[in-house]
Amino acid sequence: MQVQSTAVPLPALPYRPTSAYDEMCLPDGSLRPHWQTFGRALGQMGTTDLDARRDTVQRLLRDHGVTYNVYGDATGFTRPWSLDLLPLIIGAADFKKVSEGLVQRARLFNLMLADIYGPQRLLKEGWIPPAVLHANPSFIRAVQGVVPPGDNFLLLTGCDLVRLPGGSWSVLADRTQSPSGKGYSLENRIIMTNVFPDEFKASKVQRLASFYDMERETLRSLAPSRRGTPSVVMMTPGPYNETYFEHAFKARYLGFPLVEGADLTVRDRRVHLKTLEGLRRVDVIARRVDEAFCDPLELNADTWLGVPGLVEAWRSGNVALGNGLGTGAVETPALFPFLPGICRHLMGEELKLPCAPTWWCGQQREMEMVLASPERWVLKPAFAVGARDPIFLAELDSQKRSEAIARVRAEPQAWVAQEVLTLSTTPTLVNGTLQPRSMVWRSFTLAAKDRYHVMPGGLSRVSAEAGRFVVTMQNGGISKDTWVIAEGQVDQKTLLSNQTLVIRPERPPSGVPSRVADHLFWLGRYAERLEQTGRVLRTIWNRLSGEGSEVQGQEMTGCARLLAAMKLVPPEVVQSPDNRPLLTHLRSLLHDPKCEGSVRELLGRLRYNAASARDRLSDDTWRLFNRIERDVQISRKGLAVSDALGMLDTLILDLAAFSGMQLENMTRGHGWRFLEIGRRLERSMIVLTLAGGAAKICEQDDSAVLGPLLEICDSSMTYRRLHFAKPRLLPVMDLLISNESNPRSVAYQIEALCEETLHLPVDPMSSFAGREKALANGLKETLRGLNLESFAAHERDAFKALPVFCERLFAATEMLSESFTEHYFSHAVRQPR
Amino acid sequence: MRYFITHRTTCNYDSSVTVCHYIARLMPRSLPSQVCPWHEITIHPKPSERAVREDYFGNAVLYFELEGAHQKMEVVSSSLVEIEATKAPVPESTPPWESVRDACRGYKLTPASAAGEFTFASRLIPTGQVYADYAAPSFTPGRPILSCIIDLNHRVNRDFVFDPKATDAATPVEKVFAQRRGVCQDFAQVMLACIRSMSLPARYVSGYLETVPPPGKARLVGADASHAWVSVWCGDQFGWIDADPTNNSLPSTRHITVAWGRDFSDVSPLRGVTLGAGVQRLTVAVDVTPDLDG
Repeated sequence: MQVQSTAVPLPALPYRPTSAYDEMCLPDGSLRPHWQTFGRALGQMGTTDLDARRDTVQRLLRDHGVTYNVYGDATGFTRPWSLDLLPLIIGAADFKKVSEGLVQRARLFNLMLADIYGPQRLLKEGWIPPAVLHANPSFIRAVQGVVPPGDNFLLLTGCDLVRLPGGSWSVLADRTQSPSGKGYSLENRIIMTNVFPDEFKASKVQRLASFYDMERETLRSLAPSRRGTPSVVMMTPGPYNETYFEHAFKARYLGFPLVEGADLTVRDRRVHLKTLEGLRRVDVIARRVDEAFCDPLELNADTWLGVPGLVEAWRSGNVALGNGLGTGAVETPALFPFLPGICRHLMGEELKLPCAPTWWCGQQREMEMVLASPERWVLKPAFAVGARDPIFLAELDSQKRSEAIARVRAEPQAWVAQEVLTLSTTPTLVNGTLQPRSMVWRSFTLAAKDRYHVMPGGLSRVSAEAGRFVVTMQNGGISKDTWVIAEGQVDQKTLLSNQTLVIRPERPPSGVPSRVADHLFWLGRYAERLEQTGRVLRTIWNRLSGEGSEVQGQEMTGCARLLAAMKLVPPEVVQSPDNRPLLTHLRSLLHDPKCEGSVRELLGRLRYNAASARDRLSDDTWRLFNRIERDVQISRKGLAVSDALGMLDTLILDLAAFSGMQLENMTRGHGWRFLEIGRRLERSMIVLTLAGGAAKICEQDDSAVLGPLLEICDSSMTYRRLHFAKPRLLPVMDLLISNESNPRSVAYQIEALCEETLHLPVDPMSSFAGREKALANGLKETLRGLNLESFAAHERDAFKALPVFCERLFAATEMLSESFTEHYFSHAVRQPR
Repeated sequence: MRYFITHRTTCNYDSSVTVCHYIARLMPRSLPSQVCPWHEITIHPKPSERAVREDYFGNAVLYFELEGAHQKMEVVSSSLVEIEATKAPVPESTPPWESVRDACRGYKLTPASAAGEFTFASRLIPTGQVYADYAAPSFTPGRPILSCIIDLNHRVNRDFVFDPKATDAATPVEKVFAQRRGVCQDFAQVMLACIRSMSLPARYVSGYLETVPPPGKARLVGADASHAWVSVWCGDQFGWIDADPTNNSLPSTRHITVAWGRDFSDVSPLRGVTLGAGVQRLTVAVDVTPDLDG
């Protein structure tokens, strides 16, 4: 490959494109017209400025928690999204031409789907070889005969476009099943406008907001019948999906509840959302679950991601799906050779946007031609696109090549061959320098009802290595924002015109899904448990530092016994005169994710529940959770006491910030209520455990445990102000159990629970109505029955009586918690916490 | 022949179930040699919703929902079926198997290329060299297709042991093929894997067998339950011809066809999803009685 020597006029940033078509530069090295504004700005920036902006991109991605989950990735649950600092810029004329082709393609696919699942004239008349359908696992036979509402199978299509050496665009792949990437485009755009606010304005870039508005309106318009405001939900496979981030982000942006299969139920062939108030009709589902997994009754039976009966509900015309089921049947390069003919036949037009030259090996002559000169071709699986990487036959040794050829001969219909294309390059920031990288642009087209409209932008991706033409996010590709230059005036509508920083108010037509309430409830419980665990650990680690006085040693033993009461360390560790086993346990409790009840383990649970209710939590809350994750990273080796204390201090402050946000920023809907109830229940239960445990310990020696107990319960100051004396059991218990004005006391939690149970949602169909209110009032009665005064003369009696009382109240509290689960959450099937 | 058929499925749950969804393929098909003048499905408890349609393969499907707490469900399908004896073609008169195979690869949808749909691997039926190798001795060059099928049918019947304890409904073909034992479903699926690995179309047929044999005839294996066999495309002139590897026979009047598809997952007599249910105990009883008055 010949390297040109002409440098681009970017004084501070040399850039040398290869001989391939370059998006930014003309062959003579000068900037293409539509890059001039941005290129000039870039030229003046210099390395330091670019570095600073790149850091901002990194920080925003981290703060926004943008991730792409990779299945089977050993490094963990999620991987940060990678976004290049430089956008891909597309000129106005270029975009206009491509748009016409994309709209035509989307229309064509809709017509083809209606025929494939209907009269199949295209097959009977020979426009599509039957095997292209019959051998394709995405051809879903259960869809045969379905006429979707409005005769409309698609809502959105995606299309991977590449530019050929001559400058024209060509289609590399279609995405019609459930195209992903639009949420990421949105996030990329928000970050880029933060990083290049002036350059963005000056470049006259087309805004994306109207496109999303149109998508929202189109989804609503798909509703099968007019019954007031249509109820739309976005259905996701859940937080383990690779693109879950984008599902949550988009659901929140469009303002539709994000639901999982278990949130929905089919009754009388109609889809309903299980909410706290009972079942609510659903009219439209924005589907992000792969079609094969949507209904265990009629489709793939081995999964719980779907809704039993969904296909029948859709078939009956009672719910609209965007995209519909079976749409993946046209998402295959095996159709490429036939599209020009089909287009002429169905639309009477020439196909405007050519496909990458492709041969389907299911045709005998084509296969023989391909196998006669294999080095010319890239082999790709014809179906289940994306499942396997393309095979560049020229790169294989002769044995591997014969193996590949044998696979084609064994199953010819499952393969296509494409010529190796030289993709265009675009400048990408690599280690502080601009490098040309091969580029693929994923565009999105709204393809429903009478709306056919191309998103002025999209998700561009470049290869991670130079000279590679495989560009996927799984393989470590880098994404780019895509700027389409406006012709004339820019539509001024911005993406975040009504961005809210806090949880969105619950929308009355949809209600709070029971599963989401369940996750919020456990989010409250784990946040509280984590805070209390942090406090107990801090109290004991505090006793490990300092001068090692006798009092300190006794108090450390007292703390250790409290830990044992909380079942965080085994009792034998406390009794041992050697404190090394205890230290080992204390270390595990800080950093070992496999140690039950440890900071790391609880954080994992907190994170899982937060992720599952992500569309209910504000951006700030997310930033905070991301921060907590970073703050608790400490090295395992040589863990110093000061490190542990520093980490615990930060953790407790972070969690205080979370409860502050909950208190100050969250709308008081049912979502908030269940978070609050979870927190109050957990606090009450932990204080009861600690108080009961402390009373037992006091029987032997009361000097060593009450001080730490007050510290754990954040009540030392209050106690000192009230009593000016060394802590004694009964006054401490009064403060921690009975004192209603102490926000850490059991009485305070129970009061709050009584208040919240007054406002619980009521499902008129349920026989549980009012049960939680009665149980909460029962707790209050039990607590009133505790007369600490009566022990004043015989303090020793309290050592025996208090643990029993605490256990009883604990059990009653647990029963209240279970009642919530049974009453409000249990119809959500899976509960992997 | 006229048969009166009852197919009773009882589902017992360990804990009470409130909502469940089912699809049933229990209605015998209408064919040139088979008619079903009367058919009825009764369900207890009474479904809140029932809907009948025809699926992709032309089988009748009943969709139903049950709502309200119950611990037991019963589905009874009753049918009256009349079957006319058909004469199987003379095997030597059928076309060479290679020509049948090649005719299925057409680029236009014709009866032959439509049959071609059943040459591909499906959810439960793999294809591959091991199956082709096993099938090869039956498919000598130029041999008439029906002779090949009769031979393969015979070999599967001979090489595989009928053993209800060896497999369950979910045992994969690979395992059956390795252990050489199974029940009618397994025999049929092995046969399909072999025929499809030769790039020939074959489909899975579910139905019933006559329970009580006529005087002087042997009782067929697989009666008292749903039965399964295969159907093979034998070219435009002869169309689909059935073969029952479990009984080493070409079905005539003692096999009642209910449904067909690519494999069991397309024709499962009763498929349901119950949420929140404990262990289910499923019992199936099939009774096929010749209607002697008819």
